[in-house]
Amino acid sequence: MEKTLPKIEIIEKYCKGCHICVEFCPKDVLEMKGFYASVKNLEACIKCMQCELRCPDFAIKVITE
Amino acid sequence: MAFDYDKWIRPGKLPHIWCPGCGHGIVMKGLIRAMDSLNLKKEETAVVSGIGCASRLPGYIDCCTLHTAHGRAAAFATGVKMAKPEMNVILVGGDGDGTAIGGNHFIHACRRNINMTYIIMNNYIYGMTGGQFSPCTPTGHKASTTPYGNPDPGFDIAKLAIGAGATFVARGTAFHANQIDKLIAEAIQHKGFSVVEILDDCPTTYGRRNKFKSVIEMMNRLKEVAVPVKAAEKMTAEQLQGKVLTGVLYKDDTKPEYTAEYAKVIERAKAAK
Repeated sequence: MEKTLPKIEIIEKYCKGCHICVEFCPKDVLEMKGFYASVKNLEACIKCMQCELRCPDFAIKVITE
Repeated sequence: MAFDYDKWIRPGKLPHIWCPGCGHGIVMKGLIRAMDSLNLKKEETAVVSGIGCASRLPGYIDCCTLHTAHGRAAAFATGVKMAKPEMNVILVGGDGDGTAIGGNHFIHACRRNINMTYIIMNNYIYGMTGGQFSPCTPTGHKASTTPYGNPDPGFDIAKLAIGAGATFVARGTAFHANQIDKLIAEAIQHKGFSVVEILDDCPTTYGRRNKFKSVIEMMNRLKEVAVPVKAAEKMTAEQLQGKVLTGVLYKDDTKPEYTAEYAKVIERAKAAK
């Protein structure tokens, strides 16, 4: 079965740059780009939703089918 | 699929005021997931708070909310519950608001066993007012009013609640985000006074003074100290030194609930003419 990739939406208006999503992503998908978090390697995403769950600022949405 | 938090958030209220990395946002998400999983109706749910960082939470949630005087959340919430016993009343607040300034209200709400849920976000300090030490600041730790280390021993909120008569007591941490909604949902469903203590991080006023280099270090500390209740049964006293138990710590379904008992008093008074 072909792997379907999620869409990781980062709302920069809400992001406060706390690094939590970047540090606790088990697959190193995210990185800090300047002040905000951004997607570095979407291919590696396993849709574990840890970033969405842990973001204190409601700034990440992992949209899967 | 991404969880839709927006349906429980008041439009235009985000971004919230909490500092970067503050765990209160994680707890708020847990509360929203818990309310959503129980299909609570917005008009039948009241979120009540006192004053403090954590007590800003009801301002963001789209249901019946009440932001009251410092430490008095339990008193106002008791009023709401007595007037409308069918409502789901959820109290939120911090450790300073709940156990110091509102300490008396807290223990007496526990004693009455009134059917409400109190979520205490314990970040070990008074954050909003400038980092003064709270009753939960660990011994030796620094705050703006204890620059040479806090001489007081801290409160164990869960033990305090059990001792005061609460019938459901649970503890989670902001690191274990997945567990928060389950604990809160179980607490809301419990008939009686339920207390959920969530160990939290305050990077701005607590972390900086106590040599935590980053939010991540504070989160990892929560991960290290937390031990689930079941795992703790197999551990020795030495292994549990410095650890904190998490999960459902106490549950008692036998104690009478206050609004039901009060309804009986009303019946007796009516019959006594």
